[in-house]
Amino acid sequence: MTETVQTPQTEPARQGNDRMRRAFFRFRQSTLSMVGAGMVAVVLFFTVFGTMLAPYPDHVAGGVETAARFQPPSAGHPFGTNELGQDVLSLVMAGTTVSVLAGFGVVLIGSVIGTLVGSVAGFVGGWADEVLMRLTDLTLTIPSLILAMAIAAALGPGFANMVIAISLSWWPGYARLVRGEVLAAREEVYVTAARAIGANPARILFRHILPNVVSPIIVKMSLDMGFAILTVAGLGFIGIGVRPPTPEWGTLLSLSRSYMPDYWWTAMAPGMAMFLAVFGFNLLGDGLRDILDPKARR
Amino acid sequence: MSEPILQIENVSKTYGARRTLFGRTAEVQALKDVTIAVHKGESFGLVGESGSGKTTLTRSILHLETPSAGRILFEGQDLARLSPADLRRLRARVQIVFQDPYASLNPRMSVRDIVTEPMLVHHDILGLSRTQRTDRAAELLSLVGLGPQHLSRYPHEFSGGQRQRICIARALASGPELLLLDEPTSALDVSVQAQVLNLLCELQDRLGLTYVFISHDLAVVRYLCNRVALIYRGELVEEGATDAIFDAPKSAYARMLIGAMPEARVRREVS
Repeated sequence: MTETVQTPQTEPARQGNDRMRRAFFRFRQSTLSMVGAGMVAVVLFFTVFGTMLAPYPDHVAGGVETAARFQPPSAGHPFGTNELGQDVLSLVMAGTTVSVLAGFGVVLIGSVIGTLVGSVAGFVGGWADEVLMRLTDLTLTIPSLILAMAIAAALGPGFANMVIAISLSWWPGYARLVRGEVLAAREEVYVTAARAIGANPARILFRHILPNVVSPIIVKMSLDMGFAILTVAGLGFIGIGVRPPTPEWGTLLSLSRSYMPDYWWTAMAPGMAMFLAVFGFNLLGDGLRDILDPKARR
Repeated sequence: MSEPILQIENVSKTYGARRTLFGRTAEVQALKDVTIAVHKGESFGLVGESGSGKTTLTRSILHLETPSAGRILFEGQDLARLSPADLRRLRARVQIVFQDPYASLNPRMSVRDIVTEPMLVHHDILGLSRTQRTDRAAELLSLVGLGPQHLSRYPHEFSGGQRQRICIARALASGPELLLLDEPTSALDVSVQAQVLNLLCELQDRLGLTYVFISHDLAVVRYLCNRVALIYRGELVEEGATDAIFDAPKSAYARMLIGAMPEARVRREVS
């Protein structure tokens, strides 16, 4: 009576690969996305290997060579040397690790807190929603730099404190994004189906709702990476981030400020590095948005 | 005819007025004093046009919404008085197939996860181990005309008719006695509709299920159902055996509906 529905019997693994291949193909169609991915790849490469590949490792460790201070760019020092005679290229390469890891830490912690707050607010609704979202609004009213300065003053400067300080002002964006997405996903028929099955709220949230709102979160994370790196550098610039001699882009830029414009190369290299990283992550984020979250495409 | 499995007694549902920018919206009375009894093993058709309260009634039966007045009894137990644990146990016995097969499957879950989820949720009743669950899922898939090779696929790889079969397999996974079918074929092509309807008939014969079949398609209702209730604007207009209603409708609304039916001569084949 019932006809068996005919489907070609292909391997499920191949199906999955096919989907990935198609997404990758679409990503490759956009030159800007590929450029962004390339830039991010370079930045990530230096995040891992920067300290190892630096041509003057002793400078990175804090070694000083005052005889060779303020040398203009040359074959030996492609980006010149700074006021302590350290090779700027080595410092910038080693600085990638701190800057990018700090940026990544901020985005990771911020997205985890924001997702937790936003999903509970959107899913539970009612007074929980009100309380959590007003708390979010309250956090948004505090200028992030001031909050970070206050936290740095209270806990003392340092890498971990800096990351925590920025994350604490970073999560509201995620909370709002996730709340909106959860509110929409909550009304999906498959969620009603899960409730009719008798699934408990935790199961519905973690199994049915959150997996379907992951794409916009990932897109926002990659777009935010650039801004997080910039904020980390900003804190370094005003002197409450990582302390010298640990090389960090913002700190390097801040030190070279006093020697502008005569010794422009000391500021040039960390500035360019920051520009490339931020630009790369933004382009990559745009590309990812186009394939993961087509609704948001402009 | 045996004892009623589902009794709906004087159920009303009113959606409260809402305050908007332009004043207050009117109260909406989705159901007015509806009384229906569904007996074990029958196919009960619930017919009404869009907005007549069919969906509210199904949501109330599933206890996803509580009626403003009246009682809903499943095998004599009042749904509103059940403890959360009892309600969860009851959800294993009443299941639903939704109208839109494209929206009712989680796109991030494989067919295995979808079909085994009710068994996982009702682990305390069914007590199936991991491998038993997969075996049962494969069995359910072949019951609805799919096969074990579909287990690790994702919903987007299936056509509408196949997805509806997956929905049916999921609904059957917890071993229900009562199946609510909320316009299960209206989103499907006509040829696929027939296949799914035949599948439903076959499953009813094989598993002894009771159906509450919600539809606005009279031809389908006539084909599938033993008894029919017509609702119009939340009120029960007419109820009775399918043949009686189609051959000699008493109310003007029923006559109007049947008169508007496209000329289709569908008869349930005697097999």
